[in-house]
Amino acid sequence: MTSTTATAPAPVAKRAQDAAGRPARGVRRKWTEHGLVFVAPFFLVYAMFLVWPLISGLGMSLTSENITGSGGEFIGLDNYAEAVRDPDVWSSLWNTVWFTVLSTVPLVVVGLGLALLAHQLSVVQWLWRLSWFAPFLLPSGVVCLLFLNMILPSDFGLADQMLSAVGLTPEIGWLTDERYAMLSIVATTLWWTVGFNFLLYLAALQAIPVHLYEAAELDGAGAGKRLLHITLPLLARTTVLVVVLQVLASLKIFDQVYIMTGGGPDESTRPILQYVYQQGFTGYRIGYASAVSYIFFALILTVSLVQPLLSRRRAEEAAK
Amino acid sequence: MSGSTTVTTRPAPRSERFADAGGRRPRWTPGRIVLLVVALFLTAAWLLPLAWAVATSLKPEGDTTRTPLSWIGSRVTFDAYSKVWESGDLMVWLMNSAYISVMTTLLTVVTCAMAAYGFTRTDFRGRRLLYGLVLAGIMVPPQVLIAPLFREMVQLGLVDTYWGVILPQVAVPAMVFILVKFFEGVPRELEEAAFVDGAGRWRVFWTIVIPLSRPVLAAVAIFTFISTWNNFLWPFLVTTDPGGMTLPVGLVNVQSTFGVRYAQIMASLVIAGTPLLIVFAFFQRQIVRGIAHTGLAGQ
Repeated sequence: MTSTTATAPAPVAKRAQDAAGRPARGVRRKWTEHGLVFVAPFFLVYAMFLVWPLISGLGMSLTSENITGSGGEFIGLDNYAEAVRDPDVWSSLWNTVWFTVLSTVPLVVVGLGLALLAHQLSVVQWLWRLSWFAPFLLPSGVVCLLFLNMILPSDFGLADQMLSAVGLTPEIGWLTDERYAMLSIVATTLWWTVGFNFLLYLAALQAIPVHLYEAAELDGAGAGKRLLHITLPLLARTTVLVVVLQVLASLKIFDQVYIMTGGGPDESTRPILQYVYQQGFTGYRIGYASAVSYIFFALILTVSLVQPLLSRRRAEEAAK
Repeated sequence: MSGSTTVTTRPAPRSERFADAGGRRPRWTPGRIVLLVVALFLTAAWLLPLAWAVATSLKPEGDTTRTPLSWIGSRVTFDAYSKVWESGDLMVWLMNSAYISVMTTLLTVVTCAMAAYGFTRTDFRGRRLLYGLVLAGIMVPPQVLIAPLFREMVQLGLVDTYWGVILPQVAVPAMVFILVKFFEGVPRELEEAAFVDGAGRWRVFWTIVIPLSRPVLAAVAIFTFISTWNNFLWPFLVTTDPGGMTLPVGLVNVQSTFGVRYAQIMASLVIAGTPLLIVFAFFQRQIVRGIAHTGLAGQ
């Protein structure tokens, strides 16, 4: 690590204008005086476990490799061509997008609703935080096994029993019926993760200056008007952020489906990440799995790039 | 739902802090009481699954699937807990999870803080290029790298090792970004005084910058700890030996060996879920602030 100090000369030209405060003259230069030393540990790990896999994965997607890294030969874009024609890629991509659509709306709306409730009530905040946020802290394995074994089984599961307690006898196959499996997974995810959005909204609400409301009140604005004309517009930036974070999180769904339905019934809930896992880790076609990963990556990248665009447009609107 | 919050007629929404500062508590108007009832109902709904898990874990095995809804079995028993404890696996996974999460958190905080300091306060050739690379990495979800990352682990011989689980979770570009934003706001004058006194960068970093950044470092640490503790996909892929599994992976893995012993499954879930809830009870404020930091930094 110290060798870097020797090779890179100090940027003399910059020294005069360097506001960062180079050490005073006369101080012996030590190895820690070179900035790269601070960045090096992070960058070493970063290069090895993010940058390199990103590059090598792209290379692998052009080969017919199996999981152990042997037997691969260059086959160009064949994997991509196959993926585009593979109905399982399309159906699992669709399941991923469908889950994202179904989950994002309630996760954002309920998160906002809970935050408004907690903020408005301004009492026993710890209770709201504990009950609505605490599930987010549970490992996916705990949440999914709980819903799989105790809440959702038909007949003796809590969901069915509550329904029969109010006179309904649904006997719904929450996870085994194609019509309900995805919805059950969405409901589980809502219970599990809405607390994160709740906290983001709560933080944003608490940052709104009180005098805005007091001024509006003097002008005779009712509670509804204040919500509509002060609270919600001021939450717009947070909403963009929450929606984008939520979409990105939902697109990466794997745990809930893998644990609760294994992708079933009849592969109706299998998301793209599970298909990558099946191809690469149980089907040993890691080259093909990489190609499918990159198609998925393209989808995620598109969504990530939408946020700055949205924020910029908002900023421009505000500037007008 | 958000519509229902407008029913209230109280003067102005304010956080507890403001209410205290103003010296007046909002009155309990009918609208506010309705809101309170709604909130309590939702709280009950959210706590119900957890309560059901605890209730089931305290039932004798034969009563767990009995159908008329009943919260207490024929008797209250800790049988399930002692059986789970005796099997021993759970404790091994707890220790694995604890070790992996603590190591990952330590390494993440130290490497990311150093990198952020390097990017904000030092100058070296290629600094902008490297920082650009880090920023670009924010958009790479680790989940899309599972195939190449796993092959790399095979080649490095890190499958079924702690390091195989830890290392890919350490270099989180978003954390560097959060810390860079924070360090940019730390006044340089504080450091300059130390430089004049002859302190080196390393000293300044550890004795001035790090202590000043305690809140944001705590946020980063807690957030890293939670996500590492709960991570499923990567540990699931890289561990095959039950002795090296983390808690979430181990639980899912043996779900089949428990068969239909629901009380035991629920007992292990209660044991597995409790540590982070205890952490939450102690660090509520920091966790809330951490989420706010992490989220708001994205703006």
